[in-house]
Amino acid sequence: MKKKRFWFRSALLAILVIAIGYTIYNSIYEDSGTYIKKGDKAPNFVLTDLNGNRVELEDYRGKGVFLNFWGTWCKPCEREMPYMQRQYETYKKQGVEILAVNVSETNVSVKNFADRYRLSFPIPMDKQREVTKAYGIGPIPTTILIDKNGKVVGRTSESLSEEKIISFMEKIKP
Amino acid sequence: MQTITCECGHSNPYGTSLCQACGKPLENDVEVLSSMRYEGSARRSQTYKKTIVDHIWNFFSSVRVGVWLIVIILVAAAIGTIFPQETFIPPNVDPASHYESEYGTLGLIYYLLGFHNLYGSWWFIILLGMLGLSIIIASLDRGIPLYKALKTQRVTRHDQFMKNQRLFSVSKEVEIEEVKYTLESLRYKVREENGNLFAEKGRFSRWGAYVNHVGLIIFLTGGMLRFFPGMYVDDVLWVREGEKASIPGTKSDEGQYYLENNEFILEMYDKEEKKFNSALSSVDGEVAKNYQSNVTLYKTEPNHTIGEEPELIKVKDGEIRVNEPFKFDSFALYQTDFKLNEFNKMSFELEEKSTGKKFGKLTVDLHEPEKKYDLGNGYRVEIEEYFPNFILNEQKQPSTINNLPDNPAFVFSMYSPQTPKGEKAFVGIQKNIEAGENKFKMSFAGIETKDLTALTVRKDHTLWIIALGGIIFMIGVTQGLYWNYRRIWIKQNQEEVWAAAHTNKNWYGLKKDLEFLADKSNLMPLADKEVNSK
Repeated sequence: MKKKRFWFRSALLAILVIAIGYTIYNSIYEDSGTYIKKGDKAPNFVLTDLNGNRVELEDYRGKGVFLNFWGTWCKPCEREMPYMQRQYETYKKQGVEILAVNVSETNVSVKNFADRYRLSFPIPMDKQREVTKAYGIGPIPTTILIDKNGKVVGRTSESLSEEKIISFMEKIKP
Repeated sequence: MQTITCECGHSNPYGTSLCQACGKPLENDVEVLSSMRYEGSARRSQTYKKTIVDHIWNFFSSVRVGVWLIVIILVAAAIGTIFPQETFIPPNVDPASHYESEYGTLGLIYYLLGFHNLYGSWWFIILLGMLGLSIIIASLDRGIPLYKALKTQRVTRHDQFMKNQRLFSVSKEVEIEEVKYTLESLRYKVREENGNLFAEKGRFSRWGAYVNHVGLIIFLTGGMLRFFPGMYVDDVLWVREGEKASIPGTKSDEGQYYLENNEFILEMYDKEEKKFNSALSSVDGEVAKNYQSNVTLYKTEPNHTIGEEPELIKVKDGEIRVNEPFKFDSFALYQTDFKLNEFNKMSFELEEKSTGKKFGKLTVDLHEPEKKYDLGNGYRVEIEEYFPNFILNEQKQPSTINNLPDNPAFVFSMYSPQTPKGEKAFVGIQKNIEAGENKFKMSFAGIETKDLTALTVRKDHTLWIIALGGIIFMIGVTQGLYWNYRRIWIKQNQEEVWAAAHTNKNWYGLKKDLEFLADKSNLMPLADKEVNSK
């Protein structure tokens, strides 16, 4: 009888804990429906960059991709741009590409900004916020690290220091 | 398992205070009346304290713990209404800065503590889960022993049980058959055993609380399912007139839905019209008659790549009014909000200041301005800087708050045959600052606006579960509140006839029954101990 009671109680508690745990898991990850996190396959997208070139994520398979979401009006984004540019120059030869997706701004504003900081990496223009929505981007800047197999290996929404960027580059270097 | 055998021969689970069968107090210090709530049955949690599982079980079995959980949940839920939840703040703003700029330090704290997304936060879900656990365990712990005790109760009760009831009397020479008949006429269910009677009525009302709890658990389960993929979508979609936007939450293997906003209509009541005249005369300002969006639904091909210019297939047209949603698949779009007259295009003319002569007009699309505007004959204008939502930042530099054209400002370079090197001017709404002495200026020549509509995207497969839970909950409440469990015991004790009665609520009603019974038989009226002692 005691054994039976123990198992009944344990089973009931376990069922409830699992149900609550699964609900919380969903509330964190599935809430936006599309929140892309570490371990996911990075959804493919196609955008036109500032210079009018077509950028498709899948074309970068085999390279590490440093996928950054930003806006000219966002101060923390502005701070990390020069660091990104400098490390881009170093790591491009080693097979890491930066894609700095601009969130719904005008070409004029972004062009001025890119000229001011002499940015040479592609800046895909997400005019309709389709990619921003698909990746479940909340605050910007958000950086998503994609390895050579197209798998997400990291995601952060902090303003990055140069050291941090270097460590990220090392992580996704093929 | 340890058991206690009563002198009547019934064996009770360990921890029982009144014998399930005859009602004899099993320990000396047991108060009969206060033990009647759960029939003196053993709350099982109180008796087993062995393993960690038992300890967790016992914790949640406590009504006090349950009440505290409810209090904490209520307080937290109330705090969540102080400032708007994240879902309701304007789109395109960063919540981190929004709460601070709108509501100050309190807003920042609110955000940092996660109250901006309270109802979906992990700790709120845990609280609700714990409440669910508490409801289930507390019900099992009380409901099952109560059921057993009520099922095992015998007709003949122990003297001590009888004597200790709140209503009690001793009579002589009572016609038992008459008592039985009277009780039956009062719709009691009467059982007889060795000349003793047991009459009961409304036993099912004792299950009210448990039915009610089952309803609550179903309700909570429905709420929980909202977090499961595919069960629930609640999102907001803003679409500018004449534009298409992807509908959030509607991407599937068959493609992605898009919605075009053909027109947003806001109609007001006509105050001059006779029909509404008197009703509207007391109201200041306009009264809205209709909020409506005329839309077209599209779908992409299944292999649509995100971000790519979609190849859209028209599905259907529709009109959305308040309370008249637009439905497709299992989704519904509701009219929720609107924004009138958002700046869309601004027009300027290049003007020579000395003569007032104009050299052509340009129209700037505020969502995608051109870099250069050629006005012909050697006159042209270039946009050097564009600030969609102009502000002077902390360093007194012109900048923009965000990417919405709510307060557009430009730095223009104006070129003419007389001024081939160009002249610069900063132009905003009611602002025109020149860099040095300029010969030319940009004069404002009109603005075009567009309306936006906001629609709620809703899909809900949990509603019927929540409704079912609510209905069962109400049945339980009714069952427990509008009925009560009345019991009357009649016992022949040598020459005497003892009568005792109990109810879980509504003693007045029970006493009415007993008065009627005393009228119709020789039974002595039952005295109420609680009245006497006062």
